[in-house]
Amino acid sequence: MLATLAFYVFSAVLIFSAAMVIVVRNPVHSVLFLILAFFNAAGLFILLGAEFIGMILVIVYVGAVAVLFLFVVMMLDISFADLRKGAVQFIPLGLFIGGVLLFQFYVLFQSWQIAPSAMLNITTPSLSGEEELTNATQLGRILYTDYVFAFQVSGLILLVAMIGAIVLTHRQRAGVLRQKVAEQVARKPSDVLEIKKVETGSGVE
Amino acid sequence: MVDIGLTHYLILAGILFTIGVFGIFLNRKNVIVILMSIELMLLAVNINFVAFSIFLNDLSGQVFTMFILTVAAAEAAIGLAILVVFFRNKGTIAVEDIASLKG
Repeated sequence: MLATLAFYVFSAVLIFSAAMVIVVRNPVHSVLFLILAFFNAAGLFILLGAEFIGMILVIVYVGAVAVLFLFVVMMLDISFADLRKGAVQFIPLGLFIGGVLLFQFYVLFQSWQIAPSAMLNITTPSLSGEEELTNATQLGRILYTDYVFAFQVSGLILLVAMIGAIVLTHRQRAGVLRQKVAEQVARKPSDVLEIKKVETGSGVE
Repeated sequence: MVDIGLTHYLILAGILFTIGVFGIFLNRKNVIVILMSIELMLLAVNINFVAFSIFLNDLSGQVFTMFILTVAAAEAAIGLAILVVFFRNKGTIAVEDIASLKG
């Protein structure tokens, strides 16, 4: 009973905040509604029994992605009102495509059911049986055994993304004085000092 | 009240995905909101994965959700980095100005 109520509350707030993300004019508010949507999705995941994914969602999305969005939105000095101009003419097309998509989803989910033979294809069933394991323990057991290669590859993807983002946004600014230690150490007196004989009555050129 | 089943979660994810698609049409000039709409669509996919994973008693769905999270984070980082570089060069982020490679 309480779980049913919680589902409806979480999903109502989730849909409301997702709608606000795309409707509000100020992108900062957009990002804040995105954070609210992620929190509610995390609540839904915990309600389902996938606590680890729920917590990861909060850490990754709210802690990293949404804050990154907030950074960029505040860093770029753009008039967002100008970007909104002419958006009204796309509303009918968007509503049409969204409506068709939603109708298709509805028809699909109403008439669809799991094939009985699908249960034979389960590769990694939950281990809740002989011993009571938490969701995180079960996930860890298959993530570091069955999926260890995919796990390493996803780490590599993150590394590439990090290097890519740094390479893209890093720039050498002109006019910044910076200490070059190697050049200082490699400097020899013979490179910069010159001893000249100065004759009486004439200066040094 | 009825019991919450798999269909409830699927319909919720469907609505969320539709909102994401609609957001791309509504904000087709603003790349930042388009990226946020893509995040919403990925979240809908994640809800589908986790719901199936729980109701079919198969943990693979949750593992895949983690991989989707990884890719989504990488995509957001690269996308926003491209956006920052583009803004630095052009002074705008309007989508129709990004067509300069078309020749």
